[in-house]
Amino acid sequence: MALRRTYVRSMDGWWRRDPFFIHYMAREATAVFVVAYALILLAGVIRLSQGEAAFGEWLEGLANPWSIAFHVALCAIFAYHTWSWFRIMPKTMPPVVVGGRRLPGAAITALGLAAAAIASAAFVAFVAWLAS
Amino acid sequence: MKRSNQPVFWVLFGAGGMLSALLGAALVFVTGIAAPLHWLPTRTMGYEGVLAFCRNGAGKAFVFAVISLFLWHGAHRIYHSLHDLGLHTGMVAKAACYGLAAAATILAAATLLQLGF
Amino acid sequence: MPEPRTITVEVLRYQPAKGTNPYVDRWTIPYTEDMSVLQGLQYIKDTLDGSLTFRWSCRMAICGSCGMMIGGVPKLACRTFLRDLAPGPVRVEALAHFPIERDLVVDAEDFVGKLERIKPWIEPREPRTLEEGPYTQTPAQLARYESFSHCINCMLCYSACPQYGLNPDFLGPGLTALLHRYNSDSRDGASAERMQLVHSEEGVWSCTAVGYCSEVCPKQVDPANAVNVNKTASAIDWFARFLPGKR
Repeated sequence: MALRRTYVRSMDGWWRRDPFFIHYMAREATAVFVVAYALILLAGVIRLSQGEAAFGEWLEGLANPWSIAFHVALCAIFAYHTWSWFRIMPKTMPPVVVGGRRLPGAAITALGLAAAAIASAAFVAFVAWLAS
Repeated sequence: MKRSNQPVFWVLFGAGGMLSALLGAALVFVTGIAAPLHWLPTRTMGYEGVLAFCRNGAGKAFVFAVISLFLWHGAHRIYHSLHDLGLHTGMVAKAACYGLAAAATILAAATLLQLGF
Repeated sequence: MPEPRTITVEVLRYQPAKGTNPYVDRWTIPYTEDMSVLQGLQYIKDTLDGSLTFRWSCRMAICGSCGMMIGGVPKLACRTFLRDLAPGPVRVEALAHFPIERDLVVDAEDFVGKLERIKPWIEPREPRTLEEGPYTQTPAQLARYESFSHCINCMLCYSACPQYGLNPDFLGPGLTALLHRYNSDSRDGASAERMQLVHSEEGVWSCTAVGYCSEVCPKQVDPANAVNVNKTASAIDWFARFLPGKR
């Protein structure tokens, strides 16, 4: 036992070691953009409470080409979030048993993505209805 | 064994994650792309339209849920990501991340209530 | 006879008696279609360098001894074939996230200590006498835990779990799956006790649903699911404490 001297390897840069971990970190990084979008909306609500002129300024800011470009990127990042959220779903939710058989993971992912597509379409349709 | 207080934050994280997974991209499209490019009539995303939406009880609840839950979702992930990146700042990171979400939640609630019904 | 094919095997060596940091040794060995990485290592130990140290026993993916990083991925050396890694080189290293004892042998004391803590046995829900006969179970009751009982304690999932690597206090994927196996057993009565560990800071809450543990599991145990199902259970329990009539 005198010679027992274990070697502990460093965890530095662990997430670069495997493509699986790079995808994981990309998934986690979407959180920064979810926060950024929520703060943009919060700013909008605060400006709304300050009156028409203030809210107009907030709207003008959104029409800035940089803002449009940022929101196009945000849209893609949110879509990645949706995809990654439902892809891990079969592992994070309790098993679903249908007719005595466990629902396969791919089916759970597909159902989640379908639910997101329907919810998003319904939301856009609702906004269009408000506008009409 | 000390009981973890993570369930509270995890439930909020999960609710925000689910809401943003279901509606996030569509929301960004409507508020950040369609509205400023005038693909929607000006009055819908104009002052009157948004104010009316935020004075409606259901509209108010929806806007509050989106802002607050998105922030709780993001804050929880960022808190754990800091640990993943080797920044084991412990209580400081926890207070900063969850504090931001809590402050934004209070601010959003107060502002939305102030807009009236 | 065709020329025997050869492949280069690179091993991260660690010999504490030499007093050096880990270093890499390379050997080029002949191999046949049916040779596993484990057999390649055995060839090296038998003919090229007797000091090469690794654990193995059954050679058929049931003892869980020969887990190691092969090409950076946690795998059982006995069920990974050299033919699938051609043309090589094949990089072999001790299981990630564990201290290296020597060469490919890791220190599993932490894992074994935690294994005891989860009480990996059935504590009868109600004592029965011999006359009362065995504890019976319906197929549906068996199905509730069966997949989680397939764990062979090979620790590959621990090497796939960055949260265990970053915080070794974390109970980790495999043992949570095994804990879940006993908690889901209709004959067991120690669930409440095991849940104290699940609820604790060392319990399920270090998990960030990376999900790699379930990908590398050689027995399709799906430890990520066991951990996350217990997050849900633990969260429900956390809030249920405040309901009237509860504790």
